[in-house]
Amino acid sequence: MQLSLEHVGKTVGPAVHLYPQSLSLAPGAVTVLLGATQAGKTSLMRVMAGLDVATTGRVLVDGVDVTRMSVRQRNVAMVYQQFVNYPSMTVAQNIASPMRLRGDRDVDQRVRDIAARLHIDMFLDRLPAELSGGQQQRVALARALAKQAPLMLFDEPLVNLDYKLREELREELTQLFAAGESTVVYATTEPGEALLLGGYTAVMDAGELLQYGPTAEVFHHPQSIRVARAFSDPPMNLMAAESVAGGVRVQGGDIWPVPLPAEAPKRLTLGLRAGGLRVTQRPGDVALPGRVELAEIAGSDTFVHVHTGVGELVAQLTGVHVCPLGDPITLYLQPDSLFVFDAEGPLVRAPARPGRAH
Amino acid sequence: MARIELDLAHAYKPNPTRDEDYALLPLKMAFEDGGAYALLGPSGCGKTTMLNIISGLLVPSQGTVTFDGRDVTRQSPQQRNIAQVFQFPVIYDTMTVAQNLAFPLKNRKVPEAEIKAQVGRIAEMLEMSHQLDMRAAGLSADQKQKISLGRGLVRSDVSAVLFDEPLTVIDPHLKWQLRRKLKQIHHELKLTLIYVTHDQVEALTFADEVVVMTRGRAVQVGAAEALFERPAHTFVGHFIGSPGMNFLPAASVRGGLVVLGQPLALTDGHVLPEGPLKLGIRPEYLALGQAGEPNTLPATVTRVQDIGTYVMVTCEAGEHRLKCRLAPEAAAPVAGDTVHLRVLGEHTCFYKDEALIS
Amino acid sequence: MSTTTKPVNQKAWFLVLPVIVCVAFSAILPLMTVVNYSVQDVLSPDRRVFVGTEWFAAVMRDEELHLALWRQIQFSLAVLLVEIPLGIALALSMPAQGWKSSAVLVLVALSLLIPWNVVGTIWQIFGRADIGLLGYYLQQAGMEYSYTGNSTHAWWTVLAMDVWHWTPLVALLAFAGLRSIPDAYYQAASIDGASKWAVFRYIQLPKMRGVLMIAVLLRFMDSFMIYTEPFVLTGGGPGNATTFLSQYLTTKAVGQFDLGPAAAFSLIYFLIILLFCFVLYNWMQSLGTSEKEQGHG
Repeated sequence: MQLSLEHVGKTVGPAVHLYPQSLSLAPGAVTVLLGATQAGKTSLMRVMAGLDVATTGRVLVDGVDVTRMSVRQRNVAMVYQQFVNYPSMTVAQNIASPMRLRGDRDVDQRVRDIAARLHIDMFLDRLPAELSGGQQQRVALARALAKQAPLMLFDEPLVNLDYKLREELREELTQLFAAGESTVVYATTEPGEALLLGGYTAVMDAGELLQYGPTAEVFHHPQSIRVARAFSDPPMNLMAAESVAGGVRVQGGDIWPVPLPAEAPKRLTLGLRAGGLRVTQRPGDVALPGRVELAEIAGSDTFVHVHTGVGELVAQLTGVHVCPLGDPITLYLQPDSLFVFDAEGPLVRAPARPGRAH
Repeated sequence: MARIELDLAHAYKPNPTRDEDYALLPLKMAFEDGGAYALLGPSGCGKTTMLNIISGLLVPSQGTVTFDGRDVTRQSPQQRNIAQVFQFPVIYDTMTVAQNLAFPLKNRKVPEAEIKAQVGRIAEMLEMSHQLDMRAAGLSADQKQKISLGRGLVRSDVSAVLFDEPLTVIDPHLKWQLRRKLKQIHHELKLTLIYVTHDQVEALTFADEVVVMTRGRAVQVGAAEALFERPAHTFVGHFIGSPGMNFLPAASVRGGLVVLGQPLALTDGHVLPEGPLKLGIRPEYLALGQAGEPNTLPATVTRVQDIGTYVMVTCEAGEHRLKCRLAPEAAAPVAGDTVHLRVLGEHTCFYKDEALIS
Repeated sequence: MSTTTKPVNQKAWFLVLPVIVCVAFSAILPLMTVVNYSVQDVLSPDRRVFVGTEWFAAVMRDEELHLALWRQIQFSLAVLLVEIPLGIALALSMPAQGWKSSAVLVLVALSLLIPWNVVGTIWQIFGRADIGLLGYYLQQAGMEYSYTGNSTHAWWTVLAMDVWHWTPLVALLAFAGLRSIPDAYYQAASIDGASKWAVFRYIQLPKMRGVLMIAVLLRFMDSFMIYTEPFVLTGGGPGNATTFLSQYLTTKAVGQFDLGPAAAFSLIYFLIILLFCFVLYNWMQSLGTSEKEQGHG
């Protein structure tokens, strides 16, 4: 089903929860709503579901205006952060509830199938309160899948689970999404999760929709500094600079040979994700001498916080690097791989994508 | 600052007989003065129980807790002079930030001038100096957590600071700043810090030594590198790393190694005991070889994902799913390709009955 | 974060119709009757004269009414000053969990279940010097005590009766408020070395703010309208030392059959209570939203 939002906005009293925004979801695919808490993700999902009526704009399903249609008449399934299940019904009854409401046949067999797919078939006779958090969320997921609604909404469903459990469920969810035909909308605050889920991403910030497109595209081609900030973990390194003949001049006076389009503005902000900084030099690199402020070893990667002439930078180095505090260190980067933004925000130039993988 | 030693077990029932009766299986552990430790594990592993025993909120059913040689097993947290930061920010709503920070000192009748100086120092360290006169109730979650932390740090004779999953309610990009802050504070004040979490990145970046726990048992204690390179237990291999270690069933037959029915030649002079084994190799070290290369395992690629800083390749060998991390510049296969995995190398670990064979 | 704005469903009005009819019959019609009487002078069942606001003016000038109003305000204030702290103290000392908690809750709530005129009768007998426990022992101790003869004694007795009857309500509300405070706060306070008083002042009292506001509102409204208990206990005496507003109104309406002024007065009474409640309620709401806004800062 094709869900479109046209200039949808939501204002409650004096507070603007959603600024007018238009969005056409790719049918049958996963769309990730990425943004910090209070960015408007939940508000947008509620408007999509029909739980809230948009103050301005229209919601269209397959071309039909459903803005005022109540949620009961729309065919939507929703999964929340807080493992919402019917507490007095067993797991089997929970999963069966949407099917029974529709008057389906063959309910028991389908309940068993879905429970097996989500690995909760041994709990069918238990009450949700007797299960662990992860299992309760699986029951909620099973119930949503049982409904086979053309639109499925997930509001940060894994955020209350353990890290490892989150990874496992995310893996299973991606397979379930791929196997089904529903349009899925998934809200999250973690950029990593958006990348792992793939599909499309809509980046939101403070009630505004900043960018929508295939996830890898939005990641490698953020249209503004705000999108780059929202879609980077660890945070993107930003450096102030100005355009000069031959490239850009950064703080400290150095001139880097960054290719700029003809009408580039004067004041710029350069962006580089932590993975773009290295400690080994390659031909064409510029060098950034600095001092180690902090080194964090995270298993397979080391995050080094360095104080340099152009500001505080974070570098993500593969492998374990022991960097004592206060030691001098030189970081290297390829000027070609820098994002160039107008100091006001919009993207001026994005680097070419390394390799091509999806 | 104190050296903390644990020699205890904890069971909820009076006469525990089997492993399941214990919340914490008998253990002996020492936390050095001034060290930063993390207790890492999934929910229900006993990490919060251990933290509560260290802090004095819980008395172990058997055994002792000593601080610098003194038996403090039955002493309250106040008597042990520890500080604790909880999952949800705990602040006194009616007071300002300065009053919140001064509260523990006021209760100990510390002179006014000293209180002011100490509060000023801690506020500076936490970067909250300009917010001292604001009402604590009006601040954001991460600032409230900083106040909770500050209340613990403001007492100069605190024996240890304990953290119970303190970053749970914090946004991802603010988590970075808080983690950095914690590390800097550790560096400056040299306090004994013990941190409970289920997030391995938090644990590894924060702590000098991590205690990995599962089901009431501490399975490995070590620095990040050791846990990553040489996990002593398959659980550690699985839990640490994102994604965790790949495991394949293997067998040592008459001095030769057979993996998934294929004989492979052992390099590096590994001597393996006879019988069924598990081969473990991390996605970061699983390399793709050429077609026809000897000593490789064939597998079919099912998924290739662009995760920004790396490319994740999921492939299947028989019924086993393996994941492999490739650098973004490397040539990535596409779904459906056959790849040849180099599963043997210096980073490969072998396990018998879940324990590492060294 | 936000509440659901449900789309309007017209069919719901039909379900509410029976309730509307009942309420109309039992409340709105009688109220309209009162309004009717308040603007007329009923000389005899067939002769009625429209007098406009004359009754209202007369009521406002009535000396007796002013005195009764003053007594009423004093009483309500005294009730709040005694019952709220006492209720909180009671809630703090009640056990939190287990069978003891349920047992104590039942015991505490007993006085709330007694019909109000029975409460008055209990205390009436209680205070008598010849057969009442209180009256008898006070007399044995050599103290002068007569709630029928001495105004001050009558006041104290009425106050004591109200405290005995209604403090458990405040206690129950405060108890519920206390139970909602997460353990982490107490743990943090003990780690910070806070004394019991500090814990009360900085953690328990602020977190009970919501329920205490409800308790204050309820107790104020109820005490302002109090009728049965003091009527049964003292009959408003001695003299009119304990004649509060509602009793004065009833005397006027039923006793003297001055329907006009009585109706006018009851409307004014109604509006006074409405005004107080409106002010208190808005104040409560503003406190609640200001906390919420700060919380999401």
